[in-house]
Amino acid sequence: MDNRQKEIDNLKDYKYGFSTDIENTRAPKGLNEDVIKFISNIKKEPQWMLDFRLKAFERFKQLKEPDWQKPKYPKIDYQDLYYYSAPKSMDDKPKSLDELDPKLLETYKKLGIPLQEQARLNGIAVDAVFDSVSVATTFKEELTKQGIIFCSMSEAIQKHSDLVKKYLGTVIPTTDHFFATLNSAVFTDGSFVYIPEGVKCPMELSTYFRINASETGQFERTLIIADKGSYVSYLEGCTAPMRDENQLHAANVELIALDDAEIKYSTVQNWYPGDKDGKGGIYNFVTKRGLCKGKNSKISWTQVETGSAITWKYPSCILKGDNSVGEFYSIAITNNHQKADTGTKMIHLGKNTKSKIISKGISAGNSDMMYRGLVDISSKADNSRNFTQCDSLLMGNKCGAHTIPYIKNKNLKSNIEHEATTSKISDEQLYYCNQRGLNQEEAVSLIVNGFCKEVLQQLPMEFAVEAQKLVGISLEGSVG
Amino acid sequence: MLSIESLKAKIEEKEILKGLNLNINPGEVHAIMGPNGSGKSTLSNILSGKKGYEVNGKVTFEGENLLELETEERAHKGIFLAFQYPLEIPGVNTNTFLKTSINAIKKARGEKELDAIEFLKLIKQKSAELKFDEKILSRQLNVGFSGGEKKKNEILQMSILNPKLSILDETDSGLDIDALRIVSEGVNSLRNKENSFLIITHYQRLLDYIKPDFVHVLKNGQIIKSGDYELAKELEKVGYEDFN
Ligand SMILES: Nc1ncnc2c1ncn2[C@@H]1O[C@H](COP(=O)(O)OP(=O)(O)O)[C@@H](O)[C@H]1O
Ligand SMILES: [Mg+2]
Repeated sequence: MDNRQKEIDNLKDYKYGFSTDIENTRAPKGLNEDVIKFISNIKKEPQWMLDFRLKAFERFKQLKEPDWQKPKYPKIDYQDLYYYSAPKSMDDKPKSLDELDPKLLETYKKLGIPLQEQARLNGIAVDAVFDSVSVATTFKEELTKQGIIFCSMSEAIQKHSDLVKKYLGTVIPTTDHFFATLNSAVFTDGSFVYIPEGVKCPMELSTYFRINASETGQFERTLIIADKGSYVSYLEGCTAPMRDENQLHAANVELIALDDAEIKYSTVQNWYPGDKDGKGGIYNFVTKRGLCKGKNSKISWTQVETGSAITWKYPSCILKGDNSVGEFYSIAITNNHQKADTGTKMIHLGKNTKSKIISKGISAGNSDMMYRGLVDISSKADNSRNFTQCDSLLMGNKCGAHTIPYIKNKNLKSNIEHEATTSKISDEQLYYCNQRGLNQEEAVSLIVNGFCKEVLQQLPMEFAVEAQKLVGISLEGSVG
Repeated sequence: MLSIESLKAKIEEKEILKGLNLNINPGEVHAIMGPNGSGKSTLSNILSGKKGYEVNGKVTFEGENLLELETEERAHKGIFLAFQYPLEIPGVNTNTFLKTSINAIKKARGEKELDAIEFLKLIKQKSAELKFDEKILSRQLNVGFSGGEKKKNEILQMSILNPKLSILDETDSGLDIDALRIVSEGVNSLRNKENSFLIITHYQRLLDYIKPDFVHVLKNGQIIKSGDYELAKELEKVGYEDFN
């Protein structure tokens, strides 16, 4: 029994919780025009980019932090954060992986993110973002041959200025809302993807985000453009060291699909969730929005959200093109004192647009889970359809699960369907599994993975297995 | 193999088992008959390790104190319970459940786990033997199964796990004659010098197919009489009410 407990404790320990001792270049603490200029300058940005940032900052100063969300948090002092932190060795950017600081390579190896040889074996192109800068992009040459651009946002701003200028901020305007606007002012790095007309991207594109420095906010910015008839599958993963403080991660992710293009965006979010008593952990306040700009385009979000102290995000689709399709598949797990307020928005503007929402929320311990979703069918969106399935699974008596679906249908020819269930893992079910030789953790993992199956199936193969394990690990120690 | 001495069990202050004695040797088939509410399922649950009972007395399995073991540890040691009411687990594929189960047990015993192909072979063979429609195995565990299908699924699991001690809690209740025959064949095919069975039933009918070595009558939380197969027949005639 003692041994088993120890084993469980070991597993429960957040295995990505180490930090790397590396020398950093930081912007001065605080949020002001000078800091924004510092960021823009260190990234050697063109004037238009700095203007974009400053415009956002002007707007930000007039905005009030929202507080309508379910999970409340202590006031964040935005002047007490660092907005830029990068490993010193990145100041003179290495030209290739071989020149990269071995400490960084080591960090990513520990995380199971291979940047070197193995990356080639796995056949997944990886862009790795460490605090505020992108440190490596693998497979660049192979992708370039097909005209695919996959690089850090900073590089894109310099080398693909026309594309960035054309699309950045078109899905999430700089005026959008508090956190999105803050991001527009101070974003540091992230990924940029452009898939040219007619090209099916031959491999998974993947970004790995890592928060390392303390007292640092991470403001990631990602922009993915799928030109006519193209296809791309993109995956992001995230981890952070264990720290007593709460760290803010406020990303903006914009997706744009032109005629007949498809973007599949998958997230496995495993930021540090805080300890058992709710101390520390990441505030994951993220704006993700996809625009199905062209006809017959498709954007599909899949998220597995197991980490963070607070997760607050609604990856959304604006279905502008006729016949466009939006999908949202979500697994959100909260344990201990974690809180989540997550869901999606499907905005139907074009005719014959379809959307599908499958949300699986699992809460355990003292945690609290909210599904919040909006389906909005405009008066012009004839023959549009939405199907929403929202299932909650509770473990124990101390956690909460809530569902708030907002529905606006302004078109008589269109149709919205909503189904919701709430269930509980019963002691009898666990006993049945135990009797068949499964221990408590294995039983929970089996039942929960069954509950989430429809969503797990949406993930690329390589990650489905990982995610399945993660689902089990996140709930360890939550019963028995 | 299994020895039960003055077993008492309470739940929520209610005394259910009141000093039960039973001894099962390897290879023996014991039947327990008794009226509703006499404590048959409680006995099965206590042997397989369900939590929530206040238990007194001594139970050993192959010389080990059974009452100290976790539920799953008992399963690893070869105790199997065919549930009176098998549980539904939505979303979990029946095949996945079976594979997870057999591999959990193999792992605990330090044996090599089955890969997908080995498992499939085993499952095909066993379902054929039990005339079990394989299609059912790709459905969610027990969800929407008929009563008979649920019971047959329990027997399929039993024959795959090949337990040392199988406890069948009213597996025959609600079965038609064909299903009853299949269930019995499942048990009989596992019968050998090592494997033992504790078969809980209301009816003598099942015992026509599975000839028990011993029959016990459980009433009011105690075994009030033990005998051989003839006792079952007598019981059927007299009824539990007048049986003393
Ligand atoms: N969880 C429980 N709480 C209270 N009483 C129970 C509980 N489980 C069983 N009982 C009672 O214990 C007695 C024996 O139940 P059970 O073992 O299921 O009988 P059987 O299987 O022989 O029909 C019954 O009177 C039943 O109502
Ligand atoms: Mg019973």
